[in-house]
Amino acid sequence: MKLTSFAFKGNVRRQLGNAVLQDNMKRFGGRFVKARAEAMQQVDNLEALRLAATQVRDHTLAHLEEYLTAFEDCARKRGTVVHWAETSEDVNRIVLNIAAAGGVSRVVKSKSMVSEETGLNEALASAGIETIETDLGEYILQLADEPPSHIIAPAIHKNLDEVADLFSSRHHTPRQTDIPALCREAREQLRPHFLSAQMGISGGNFLVAETGSVALVTNEGNGRMVTTLPRIHVAITGIEKVLPTLNDLSLILRLLTRSATGQDITNYVSLLTGVRGPDDLDGPVESHVILVDSGRSGLLGTDLQPALRCIRCGACMNHCPVYQVVGGHAYGWVYPGPIGAVLTPAYVGLEKALDLPQASTLCGACQVVCPVRIPLPELMRVLREKSMERRLRPWTERWLVMLWRWVAAQPALYAVVTRWAARVLRWAGGRSGLLHHLPGLDGWTEGRDMPAPQGQTFRDLYRRKAP
Amino acid sequence: MRVGLFVTCLVDLMRPRIGFAVVRLLESAGCHVEVPSTQTCCGQPGFNSGDRESGRRMALRFLQDFESFDHVVVPSGSCTGMIRVHYAGLFPEAPDVQARLDRLAARTHELTEFLVDVLGMKTVSGRFEGTVTYHDSCSGLRELGIKQGPRTLLASMPGVVLQEMSQPEVCCGFGGAFSVKLGNIATRMARDKCEDVLSTDADVLVAGDLGCLLNLEGCLRRMGNTRTQVMHVAEVLAHVHGDERK
Repeated sequence: MKLTSFAFKGNVRRQLGNAVLQDNMKRFGGRFVKARAEAMQQVDNLEALRLAATQVRDHTLAHLEEYLTAFEDCARKRGTVVHWAETSEDVNRIVLNIAAAGGVSRVVKSKSMVSEETGLNEALASAGIETIETDLGEYILQLADEPPSHIIAPAIHKNLDEVADLFSSRHHTPRQTDIPALCREAREQLRPHFLSAQMGISGGNFLVAETGSVALVTNEGNGRMVTTLPRIHVAITGIEKVLPTLNDLSLILRLLTRSATGQDITNYVSLLTGVRGPDDLDGPVESHVILVDSGRSGLLGTDLQPALRCIRCGACMNHCPVYQVVGGHAYGWVYPGPIGAVLTPAYVGLEKALDLPQASTLCGACQVVCPVRIPLPELMRVLREKSMERRLRPWTERWLVMLWRWVAAQPALYAVVTRWAARVLRWAGGRSGLLHHLPGLDGWTEGRDMPAPQGQTFRDLYRRKAP
Repeated sequence: MRVGLFVTCLVDLMRPRIGFAVVRLLESAGCHVEVPSTQTCCGQPGFNSGDRESGRRMALRFLQDFESFDHVVVPSGSCTGMIRVHYAGLFPEAPDVQARLDRLAARTHELTEFLVDVLGMKTVSGRFEGTVTYHDSCSGLRELGIKQGPRTLLASMPGVVLQEMSQPEVCCGFGGAFSVKLGNIATRMARDKCEDVLSTDADVLVAGDLGCLLNLEGCLRRMGNTRTQVMHVAEVLAHVHGDERK
């Protein structure tokens, strides 16, 4: 996916002026929040579950190599070929090699955010391989040639009218606005691709070390077809997604679906283990799993390691007031919202995503709902510290912070500075008591007035009043 | 009970009357209130901008100013959160300093928290007439768990009608330096909040943090609203009938 996280402020300006996005966010933004809240009310031991899930994820990360190796051994025994990819380029190269060896000309894909990281679709296209996204949201975006803006609802930024126009112009069919009819239309378009593709590519929500299985959690059924109909199945997933046991998987799934869509369980939960057996009626003849590092191992043992616990439910963005007004595209990469504000700088480089950790009031709404208790505000603060240490922030900002620190550490000086500031700003506020424009604080006064101070500091007034 | 008032840099500079309201509330509850004149800021602006040293220096300043008190009261959930939650990890290399800081932090309370949880107050003696809507400031709500306390006290005032907005827990968009650095996002968030406030038809918007209040008051006025009063919870609770508000 094309990186634009370095242009966050420009992206934000565009998205704040995007009427469709703003309308969609207002109308649908609250739905996930409500659905999650209702689903969690049914869980009587939520905090115990969150704690247990956090412990499972921490334990796995602490023994990552061990569990990945165990996964590899078990998967191999069931006929799966396990590939290790250090970089995004490695992922694309491995997929292209498998495709070339299998004589693949058409690929069907179910949703995979990791493949967005690597730009896999573009790599396949440049090798002359046709790729069809089969998740409805991703399918819409492929037709529109747009990147996803949410990790579980990728087309949340598009509205019904846009989809109706898109289908009609790309499918050469009469325009219809009935949602079930549009779904039927997509299904009719996709069916022949499922039947003719030689390769299916999926993500993997989790890897189960004790069985060598890839766990897939979907709602539309396309995942089942992608992973069972084509001759070759390739699952692509991050190395951090491994879980030790099936028991751990069931614990995590209870939280994942409720946190994401508010469902007790998704329509489909698939455990894909190895290749088609002699007595099996379906399933792939060739099975591959690509374990992707692509920056992940660099977080192990650092302050940012808790971000690797993430199970990609999207609750943080659903509850983030910043995401809810700027949408996912503003973040400029695969992962938007608070988790994106941490992962994007971590994976692509802080200097290329400098404003992302700043794009938060640190309100804490994300941390409260995160099923694996990732301290997202704290991690954003850690990245802000790194930005300061590496002098990546504008000199004016660094200088102001230092100045404040220097003045506030000297009470006598501080008293003089605040005394004068209170007077000058009071005077500038005039009769209305409002500052409509304040040099240096345009970021504030462009959209809001600044209420003027009363004119004298509390400490001055109190000292005079006290006996 | 000797109580130190940490008035916060924003109240000191912008709204001294909030400080006096706090003093009045505490004194009428029988506390002996002192205001150390060398206090400045909790360090949060720098700390949240990525300068840990700001937090450390201000924590030491705070320790020096307030260590001798039985309790410290702060009319802000955000500054209290900085002290209680974030001072906790600032001095890993100096366990003795950290221990003193931790003990002080445990005696430091946001105003309504102190009135309700420490003093056991259920009613206030101030008088106020009007419909009020209460905005939950993020740090107070999520770092300190303040939710019911201020509402209980407000509701105990005979003339006050509490009218909840649809999403009182959603951030107003202030976020300290965020409100300037990413002002257009902050403005949009503030507008959404203000619309929620206006939909309650309340006379007064009340919160426990001046940062949120300046943000929302500035937004309301820019939206052309002059009717909705914007007040700190201390101002309402300490309000005496006939008080002339500026």
